[in-house]
Amino acid sequence: MRNIWTICRKELGSYFASPVAYLLLTMFGLIFGFFFWNALSFFVIEGMEMQLRGETSPMNVNEQIIRPLLSNVSVVGLFFIPMITMRLFAEEKRSGTIELLATSPVRDIEVILGKWFAALILYACLLLCTALNFGFLFLYGNPDWKPLAVGYLGLLLQGGLLLAVGTFISTLTKNQIIAGAATFGVCLLLWVLEWVSGYDSASWATVLAYLSVITHFDSFARGVIDSKDVVFYLTGIFLGLFATARSMESLRWRS
Amino acid sequence: MIAVKELTKRYARTTAVDQISFSVEKGQIVGFLGPNGAGKTTTMRVLTCFLPPSAGTATVAGFDVLEQPREVKRRIGYLPETPPLYVEMAAVEYLRFVGKLKGLSGADLDKRVDYVCSRCFISDVKHKLLGKLSKGYRQRVGLAQAIIHNPEVLILDEPTAGLDPKQINETRDLIKSLAGDHTIILSTHILSEVEQTCEQVIIINKGKLVATDSVRNLQARTRGVESILVEVASRSGALNFELVQHTLERVSGVAQVACKDPKDPRLVFEVQSQKGQLVRGDLARAVVESGWDLNELRAAGMSLEEIFLELTGNQTAAEAKETAKESHA
Repeated sequence: MRNIWTICRKELGSYFASPVAYLLLTMFGLIFGFFFWNALSFFVIEGMEMQLRGETSPMNVNEQIIRPLLSNVSVVGLFFIPMITMRLFAEEKRSGTIELLATSPVRDIEVILGKWFAALILYACLLLCTALNFGFLFLYGNPDWKPLAVGYLGLLLQGGLLLAVGTFISTLTKNQIIAGAATFGVCLLLWVLEWVSGYDSASWATVLAYLSVITHFDSFARGVIDSKDVVFYLTGIFLGLFATARSMESLRWRS
Repeated sequence: MIAVKELTKRYARTTAVDQISFSVEKGQIVGFLGPNGAGKTTTMRVLTCFLPPSAGTATVAGFDVLEQPREVKRRIGYLPETPPLYVEMAAVEYLRFVGKLKGLSGADLDKRVDYVCSRCFISDVKHKLLGKLSKGYRQRVGLAQAIIHNPEVLILDEPTAGLDPKQINETRDLIKSLAGDHTIILSTHILSEVEQTCEQVIIINKGKLVATDSVRNLQARTRGVESILVEVASRSGALNFELVQHTLERVSGVAQVACKDPKDPRLVFEVQSQKGQLVRGDLARAVVESGWDLNELRAAGMSLEEIFLELTGNQTAAEAKETAKESHA
């Protein structure tokens, strides 16, 4: 346990001692800020038009701003995850520091968990950027906070899964660019798999669509914790980290 | 302290280490000598549990590297060929990190970090980023991280490679000062390094054990025969090299005389003495009494390749000489 924290602290240190973390935070903040501004403007204009027309159908901040924005965050996050995970193991392999970790009295799984937690914490920091924007909604409006909290839980779970996949891919190569590009490809595929359900209802299409990480986020965005989706994400995280552990072990036998 | 039995490590196509057996007693400094690509690093990686052996066993402090790697790792300090440094960390921050990995904490950790900083002479750079340090300082930080948890066994892979002469001396002195408390294995391809720092030497080549002996015995085996370079010149015209060669051969105690290059106007001869014979004085006298000038007379250092020839004296050694030359080129 202590070792996991030691590794995690070191990883966070290298994220925040280099421009990596700040660059990611800035870019993510900018992009999400733009999404937020769009959604809010649209909502305000629609509200004013309804007033002019004299309609009184209720408008809902949760349904009309928070829910679509959360879905946006889940997609934008997907683009940032490769940049968080690509260096985790690839860099250690290139610089030779993996030899230090591998010859220290720590278990492989402690190293992996430490690195994954650090990546997850950085990802959570990105999500914190979005919380600033949502804060304005609470300042000027009266949305329900519970669906938002569930949404964040979903984002963390989905991020955890993709980060585990990225961590695994990072153990496969010495080259950070290869690790990043491969992770990006896999993340993108896991997103668009869902599309097959749009034109085919065969059982293989259902399976493929089920594998799409984004579909499982819908329930969280609505503010519903569906055990089926929680299990999907947790299984994915476990599988990703398990594959990482196998891969790290095989490094010793292969090299 | 360390026992290696018939250790073999095969990679996909090559056998890097082939049935090596040796043992190291507690508190010794052992030199692991061999040309580049001999299998030194591979053997060390097996001892540090970085690589598993393909066959054979290795135990450190009674623990098998395959069965109880964590116990072995706790007792080993390892400096790989390139120090495993995180360039974005400050030296002291890095040492604290390694210390924690090795199981230190609290006041103990603070004390050990201060201790290794002063022991390895890095106190003045301990707040600098590792990426900004010079090669010599990086090596010292590497050494500091290896001894941070006061391990019983220290494994140092070419600790002086790439350092300047002053740094090499400092590093050697540092390693010597660490002996006693620690059992040390250090690898090198430089013979004089072994002579200066080690008590025991293990020589390997192409993955095979060539010799394991104490440095003193090794010196006796190789130094009994003296190899001397003699440069002869004449003020009156050119010299016939065969004449000089015959004169030198007639000196008592000389076993063999070879002219390095008969066409070179500077006639340089390599003279091998018979075992236990001191011939330098007689050589000088012979040259001067013949009316020639003695421009130079010095002991030729025994190179690693010659040691191989000396120790094995067979075909494989001649091959070793070839490969060693290629790898040096």
